[in-house]
Amino acid sequence: MGRITLDKVTKRFGDVEVIPPLDLTIEEGEFVVFVGPSGCGKSTLLRLIAGLEDVTGGQIRIDGKDATETPPAKRGLAMVFQSYALYPHMSVRKNIAFPLKMAGMDQAEQKRRIDNAAKVLNLADYIDRRPGQLSGGQRQRVAIGRAIVREPAAFLFDEPLSNLDAALRVGMRLEISELHERLKTTMVYVTHDQVEAMTMADKIVVLRAGHIEQVGSPLELYRAPRNLFVASFIGSPKMNLISGSEAAKRSASTIGIRPEHISVSPTEGLWKGRVGVSEHLGSDTFFYVHDTGLADDITVRVSGEVELRAGDTVYLTPDAEKIHRFDQAGLRLK
Amino acid sequence: MARAVSTRRKLIVTLLAWTIGIAIFFPILWTVLTSFKTEAEAIASPPSLFFFDWTTENYAAVQSRSNYGLHFSNSVIISLGSTLLGLLIAIPAAWSMAFVPGKWTKDILMWMLSTKMLPPVGVLIPIYLMFRDTGLLDSRLGLVIVLTLINLPIIVWMLYTYFKEIPVDILEAARMDGAALWSEIIYVLTPMAVPGIASTLLLNVILAWNEAFWTLNLTAAKAAPLTAFIASYSSPEGLFYAKLSAASTMAIAPILILGWFSQKQLVRGLTFGAVK
Repeated sequence: MGRITLDKVTKRFGDVEVIPPLDLTIEEGEFVVFVGPSGCGKSTLLRLIAGLEDVTGGQIRIDGKDATETPPAKRGLAMVFQSYALYPHMSVRKNIAFPLKMAGMDQAEQKRRIDNAAKVLNLADYIDRRPGQLSGGQRQRVAIGRAIVREPAAFLFDEPLSNLDAALRVGMRLEISELHERLKTTMVYVTHDQVEAMTMADKIVVLRAGHIEQVGSPLELYRAPRNLFVASFIGSPKMNLISGSEAAKRSASTIGIRPEHISVSPTEGLWKGRVGVSEHLGSDTFFYVHDTGLADDITVRVSGEVELRAGDTVYLTPDAEKIHRFDQAGLRLK
Repeated sequence: MARAVSTRRKLIVTLLAWTIGIAIFFPILWTVLTSFKTEAEAIASPPSLFFFDWTTENYAAVQSRSNYGLHFSNSVIISLGSTLLGLLIAIPAAWSMAFVPGKWTKDILMWMLSTKMLPPVGVLIPIYLMFRDTGLLDSRLGLVIVLTLINLPIIVWMLYTYFKEIPVDILEAARMDGAALWSEIIYVLTPMAVPGIASTLLLNVILAWNEAFWTLNLTAAKAAPLTAFIASYSSPEGLFYAKLSAASTMAIAPILILGWFSQKQLVRGLTFGAVK
């Protein structure tokens, strides 16, 4: 259960085509993340799968059955919203019971499932409270609880962590990943945060203006970005992109080198520059190197603490094996 | 800390508020007082405010001359009936306008409101003739229908504004949870909109209760509500101020009491959205 196929799906709002014809298969049990900058159509795509928006053309199949015209209530999918979208007039228990009640499930089975969800998500302490009395993290747990009790064919997450603070976000990220490990249910997850995408996904779908730029595992995208957009979108800090003579030397229009693939030396190296701002994270240090004559700034990431001051001269040496080459159209060269 | 307000300023504002409050309430107070006077004292000049022979004879006279119970129950049936019927039609209408607006939604809303600008007397003749031909004259059903139609624009408008305040995410969550259209409206939208629906209901009961144009023109005896009951004391047999006042007091008392108990809800409902 839980294979979703999009076949030449398109979506227009009036004269604006937000999703040009798009093909995508989400395999059973996969954790797929749609990632892209805001306005790239990732949420629209999720809402098309959910049935909350009607497709303009093409077909959506869920487990082989055409679901294009099926209303959201009948698709057997569960969704977790960015705003949590809990029913404010119902207790936590009733919120979680709602989908079961709609399915006409008998009381005993409802109770069993609610208790189970409460145990899995640690909701027991506030099961009789109203959503208004809960914190953001607790609300998000309830929203997830409401989604899992139905045992849906797939879970759809629409930026579920963006309203949480940073610490909670990391915790919930882990919880969702663990939930996926345990349930093995298909999950489709929308985010603009590439860190979430990298850490959670089995498969990442990078979108730009409704187009799929690349589909692949996090490491595939990291190691072999198909074009400049993916190259600069995946990875943090961003990949350094250099054009001009350095690129021409390697018979490319643009070359890319990730900050972690550059070594720093105060005495010798390939490119000479001057240290600007440095950010010390303890585990890592980021240097922003100016005046290399290559690009405005070259970002370098070094493990551990390195003592270099602003204004110091440094020499940078890229790891030749890790240089990405792109042609004039921005596509990756083999 | 709140703004510092001088005692003098407080005094002036308090006095002003009481003056306005009493000025607004005075006609009602006068009516109630007059209802306890004799007819002679009612027209006495100068009038006495409190120092007169209190009597309840007007109430006895009014009660013996006409059937208050019938008019009261007519008023209840007509005002509640038209409001409930209106809500039944308006909730789905406001749902669709608030959550799946079409190209013409705004225009339809404006058009609906514009019907309220038409003087009712302009359509009296056609409606009277239609009622005569369909046997709806002097029937409660007829009044329920006409008052529903008259107040429907207001009901739709009010509900539309309340519904607009409800995040569409929550309705979408209900859809994802397997709720069909009616389950969504009954289990999710309506309970969330209860404050709005309640104030719409109250306001429209009051409007329908006080409606005097259609109720007077389309009824004779059987279906006549309290407005017609008051009117029956006003003209043909000369002026009986005291009895008219007694009838008025009896007619407005129920709605006054309802308004008194629900004023919190009414104010909250009417300012809902504005102060949220």
